[in-house]
Amino acid sequence: MTKLQNPIKEAHEPLLKRVVRSQIFIPFAALALLVIFNLIMDPTFFSVTLKQNNDGNPVLTGNLITILNNASELVILAIGMTLVTAASGGQDISVGATIAVAGSVMLRLLCGADAKADTMETSLLLAFAVGCLASMLCGAFNGTLVAYFKIQPMVATLIMYTAGRSIAAWINGNKLPVLNDPNFAVFGGFIPGVPIPTPVFVAVGCMIIIALVMKFTTLKLYTQSVGINSYSSRLNGLNPAFVKFLTYVILGLCVGVAALLKVSRSAINYSTIAKDIEMDAILAVALGGNALSGGKFSMAGSILGAYVIQFLTTTLYNFKVPSDALPAYKAVVVIILVVISAPVFRDKMSKMWKAVKGGK
Amino acid sequence: MKKLLALVLALCMVLAMAACAPKEDPQQSSGSGDEGGLIKVGIINNDPNESGYRTANDKDLKRVFCKENGYEASFAYSLKNDEQISAAQKFVQDEVDYLLISAADVSGWDTVLKDAQAAGIQVILYDRTINADESLYVASVVSDTYKEGQIAVDWLKEQKLDTYNVIHIQGVMGSSAQVGRSDALTKMCEEDPNWNMVTQQTASWDEETAKQIVESVIASGEEFNVIYAENDNMARGAVSALDDAGITHGVGGDVIIMGFDCNKWALEEVLKGTWNFDGQCNPFQADTIDEIIQKLEAGETLDQKVIYLEETYFEAGTITQEDVDNYGI
Repeated sequence: MTKLQNPIKEAHEPLLKRVVRSQIFIPFAALALLVIFNLIMDPTFFSVTLKQNNDGNPVLTGNLITILNNASELVILAIGMTLVTAASGGQDISVGATIAVAGSVMLRLLCGADAKADTMETSLLLAFAVGCLASMLCGAFNGTLVAYFKIQPMVATLIMYTAGRSIAAWINGNKLPVLNDPNFAVFGGFIPGVPIPTPVFVAVGCMIIIALVMKFTTLKLYTQSVGINSYSSRLNGLNPAFVKFLTYVILGLCVGVAALLKVSRSAINYSTIAKDIEMDAILAVALGGNALSGGKFSMAGSILGAYVIQFLTTTLYNFKVPSDALPAYKAVVVIILVVISAPVFRDKMSKMWKAVKGGK
Repeated sequence: MKKLLALVLALCMVLAMAACAPKEDPQQSSGSGDEGGLIKVGIINNDPNESGYRTANDKDLKRVFCKENGYEASFAYSLKNDEQISAAQKFVQDEVDYLLISAADVSGWDTVLKDAQAAGIQVILYDRTINADESLYVASVVSDTYKEGQIAVDWLKEQKLDTYNVIHIQGVMGSSAQVGRSDALTKMCEEDPNWNMVTQQTASWDEETAKQIVESVIASGEEFNVIYAENDNMARGAVSALDDAGITHGVGGDVIIMGFDCNKWALEEVLKGTWNFDGQCNPFQADTIDEIIQKLEAGETLDQKVIYLEETYFEAGTITQEDVDNYGI
């Protein structure tokens, strides 16, 4: 809509201003800042080396690989979280707990009843499908509460947030399952012979899929219009409740994929797996310059936001910041970025800029 | 139609949750009066889902405190201190003979313990101690986490490396296991110039955080030859970082791997020689508690109030399959 009106106006604006105005500027600026900081403080931060891992396969190691690798789950979750945020104007805080549910469903099927196996007992595809189904069911539950019962998203998802980890433990009969199959570890590790970690490919795959979906379906248009004004979108023939419901189910699917990566990386531990990841996912959406109250969104912004978060985490580890102090540093960065991206602040700044220019 | 579907889905979820809801509450199977001279015991524990340690601990208690051994036991589980305290109050009202407590938090227990004392109930603390006057309980059966740390550091000293460059991965800061297991190593690194702390970071018992910490050390190119992780999960994360970077570990490797808790899968790693050391944190307190209760029932007095459980360690080379089966949790 805005695009139709703007071309003429934009053509008159200087390039710099157009760049600064665009939504993706915030996460890009944050990323650039981190890159520059690291270049000055410790240029070796960016070194990537090809090594042989202990299985004799060539693998790339280095901080950049760590960032790309560990951000994968967050990227996948940020995709779903962006849609949920846009359509329902709220966030799902249960994704961490739902990862525990989906993960333990997968391991329950793969490990069998005694929670310990050296080879997968059912086909991986089946386990993955059922795990995704479980997380989509959780998503459907959240979506129903939000879309049809009109409960605040944060309150509605609080239910799964509280109960999810207990449900996960219950699925596996309170045992901590261990699966030692190297074929399963591929998803969180490396495909033999490929030096780039598998989660990176999975994340890129998800990005391509969502890009195609947004290009060839009306998903983006529908979620945005429902988020901007659900009443008028109803008058235009949309079903706002169903669109909201759908976004939660899509997030459920994203959670299922993220859960596969998580449980493949590590043995499941119900109380710590994917702990607080929902906060990082919401943060990624916010860093992407998206309004948390719903409406228009930029998927690329959220994805970039997810990488910025992991970049920040790895930078802090590199400088040996005590990891229990990490959230505090994150908070500072978040405050700065969120304030800068706030429309009020940007308006003020552009007015000040004009005043300065006018004074000259 | 869609609404109906949504409703059905919602109902399914609610029912599923209702089915497992009682697991979350402090649950009590209420005692039905004295049954033929059974000793009534109220047991307050943390949620068995918390960790492998807790699962083993709960199983052990259930094994000992059963009808066959002359006990009528009621269990209450919660990770929250206030819920535990209200469960304790209920046990006091039910007039149990003994109250066994593994407290979620160290403070807030005075009132309910005084009530218990007034009602003539004997209190035994297990697994964790609390900040309360010693007169309020008859005994405490706990792990000496300082000793666990000391055992590990003594073992490491025995390895007689020229220099020790240690990556120290800590648990949740302030927890008794973290404080105890960190103590000896931190002191050693301060005192001995041959012992260097490459990095000392908390991974909050989490495997992935531990992996990231070790990855960042590898990327920085600093030398290290020991990884001291305060639980098995974190050691596992650290090892996976080493594997990815092609650094050898375990017996004959470049890096010594040390973990704690003696999970079965961890002991298997020690048996394979991919890890070097695993320190025990003994979850089996039930037999000791049983002894104490039998002594008290016979009218004897206890020699000491605080009873430390015996704890051992396992190292690659001497560990056997039997150890894995017997001590693995």
